[in-house]
Amino acid sequence: MSRLRLICYSFAVIGWLFGGWPAVAEETIKLAYTDPFSGPFASGGDEFLKNFQYIIARKNAAGGALGRKYELVSFDDKLQPAEALIALKSMTDQNIPFVMHCTGSNVGAALIDAVSKHNARNPDNRILYLNCGALATELTNEQCDFWHFRFAGSVDMRAAARIKALPPDLKKVYLLNQDYLFGQSIQRDSKKWLAKLRPDIEIVGDELMPFGKVQDFAPYVSKIKASGAQSVLTGNYNRDLNLLIKAAVDSGLDVRFDTFLSHLIGGPTAIGAAGENRLTSIMEFNSNVPVDLKVPEAEKFAMDWRSSGHLTDFSALNFVTMIDMLTDAINKAGSTDPLKVALALEDMHEKDLLGQETIMRKEDHQLLMPYYAGVFSKDVKYDAEHTGFGWKNYMTASAADLTLPTTCKMKRPE
Amino acid sequence: MEIVLVSLLNGLVYGMLLFMLASGLTLIFSMMGVLNFAHASIYMIGAYLAFTVSRLIGFFPALIVAPILCGLLGAAIEVWGLRRVHSNGHVAELLFTFGLVFIIQRSVQMIWGMLPMAYRVPPSLDFSLFTFYGEHFPAYRGFMLLVSAGMLLALWLLLKKTRVGMVIRAALTHPQMASALGHNVPVVFTIVFAGGCMLAGLAGVIGGNYQTTEPGMADAMGPIVFVVVVFGGLGSLLGCFIASILMGMIETFAVVINTSMLDLLKPLGITLADSNLFTEIMAMPVARIGALLPFVMMIVILLFRPRGLLGTRDT
Repeated sequence: MSRLRLICYSFAVIGWLFGGWPAVAEETIKLAYTDPFSGPFASGGDEFLKNFQYIIARKNAAGGALGRKYELVSFDDKLQPAEALIALKSMTDQNIPFVMHCTGSNVGAALIDAVSKHNARNPDNRILYLNCGALATELTNEQCDFWHFRFAGSVDMRAAARIKALPPDLKKVYLLNQDYLFGQSIQRDSKKWLAKLRPDIEIVGDELMPFGKVQDFAPYVSKIKASGAQSVLTGNYNRDLNLLIKAAVDSGLDVRFDTFLSHLIGGPTAIGAAGENRLTSIMEFNSNVPVDLKVPEAEKFAMDWRSSGHLTDFSALNFVTMIDMLTDAINKAGSTDPLKVALALEDMHEKDLLGQETIMRKEDHQLLMPYYAGVFSKDVKYDAEHTGFGWKNYMTASAADLTLPTTCKMKRPE
Repeated sequence: MEIVLVSLLNGLVYGMLLFMLASGLTLIFSMMGVLNFAHASIYMIGAYLAFTVSRLIGFFPALIVAPILCGLLGAAIEVWGLRRVHSNGHVAELLFTFGLVFIIQRSVQMIWGMLPMAYRVPPSLDFSLFTFYGEHFPAYRGFMLLVSAGMLLALWLLLKKTRVGMVIRAALTHPQMASALGHNVPVVFTIVFAGGCMLAGLAGVIGGNYQTTEPGMADAMGPIVFVVVVFGGLGSLLGCFIASILMGMIETFAVVINTSMLDLLKPLGITLADSNLFTEIMAMPVARIGALLPFVMMIVILLFRPRGLLGTRDT
């Protein structure tokens, strides 16, 4: 009996704790965020959510937008377009004006389409899609839409930066990517930029591997060895990258790994010493960029993240730019109305946390932003994920370098 | 030629790892008639426990301790979980292990986090055993072969030379008869389940640092192990062994074959001119679909020999 009473009391207390603040909650600006929080890609969604919580807490401390605080509302889309659309329905039912989404171009494409249709049918309940990481170039080309803004470099931009960052003495590369939308577009754009920027490089391997299905990479390593490649150029990430590099080191394969995404969370931990001086990646940010550029505020921003109990490093500078631009657009528009905010975002020029110029291009709503190429090295001020190795930056591709043509023909609301 | 020999060696190592994982599952499957969906999850727990234990007392003690912990966990699952649902039939058991997968997955994420662990090969085994056509053969792979061969031998001795093994074998092939003869079949069940989990744990210990220790590792290994068990056949450890090695070889060799079905047809004078879905499939190199071949083989064997390669009973 007493246990039952205890349960009743605890519910009463919980109800009081959570129910006591509705008056304050109504004043906030709601930001919906959908990404996978369960399944094999949960680690990414979980990390991005922490990133946003950190960024938004600082933004709120600095006054929020229009004197109102931001409130993050997260949804689990399990990396499934269908789930993301259900989440979108729930967001619009709650009149949330902004949805952020960072993982999966297939989900991104579904969201662009659904948001566009919803906004056309419900002019008094619109929602703006802020894309922080669905990277397929098509999303700002053929599939571009007025209600979609991308705050991350497209595959095309990254491939351009990636090929630019290859060392001049490199002559033979092996292309290995995952056999799905993202991997295929990396493969295609890598070849395009190799032909354009580095015709001297010979492609000795051109291979797609099953996505997330390969358990033993030793045979791939034998193949790479037989091809005589000096570098493996790959957009693989997570397990597909970590196992590849492990197998290569075990077999004594002496090649570089010029990757797109090895800096993502967990990569440095899983790869460790195996990547020393031969692993490179293309990044929005790492803790050593502000050291090189001498921007103490940005350095402090990254260090505060580390010292606040996170095991990983802050790398999502573009998220900061996104929230900054959104805040300025809301302030400029004087409201959170998605149409006014969208118009204010267009052609916005802003300096990012590192003081670099970034532009939200009006034609296709693609953020033009710089990328940094780093090599995994001991010779750095800050290591990555406490591994003793960190990213030593050796090349920067500025926003101007990465301003690539777009084929977008945007339909604009009247 | 050299790539064939290298691949043969690679396939053998991978096949033996598969066998270590699949042998436990095949014992459980044969005895209880239930595919234990959580088997790969136990493999994952083995890897995580090995990581934690090896930090405290070193890798080699962890090689013993972690599988024992997994075995105890398996016994607990059997006694307090599976045995209760057993009376409700196979479907209930199947659903129980299915639910267990999610619980274990979530628990691992809560205890160890979502990031890969820095579980590495111990320094004493981190060297190159020999060089084979210019490719190093890591000592750790040799160690894996040794451990799995040792396990195979121990398992064989246990099953063939001891009384417990005899009862287990009897229960494997004639479960009703064994229980009719007065053997305590529930205890045999517990032993087998715990033993199977122990083997999965052992596979986790040596597979966790060979691959990566992360929450997705159970999902990655799960399907292929089921394929091995179904392919090998019910109640046959030998079938399981052959299937493991075969799958290891197939996956390894598929990667190094760059030809497509279209290339095979070429000498016959058949070429496909237009480009449609069919020609695209035909022109796809084997390497690109290699990881799917085991599943194709499973379907083929289920169609033509439902009891599996060396199975003694129908699936």
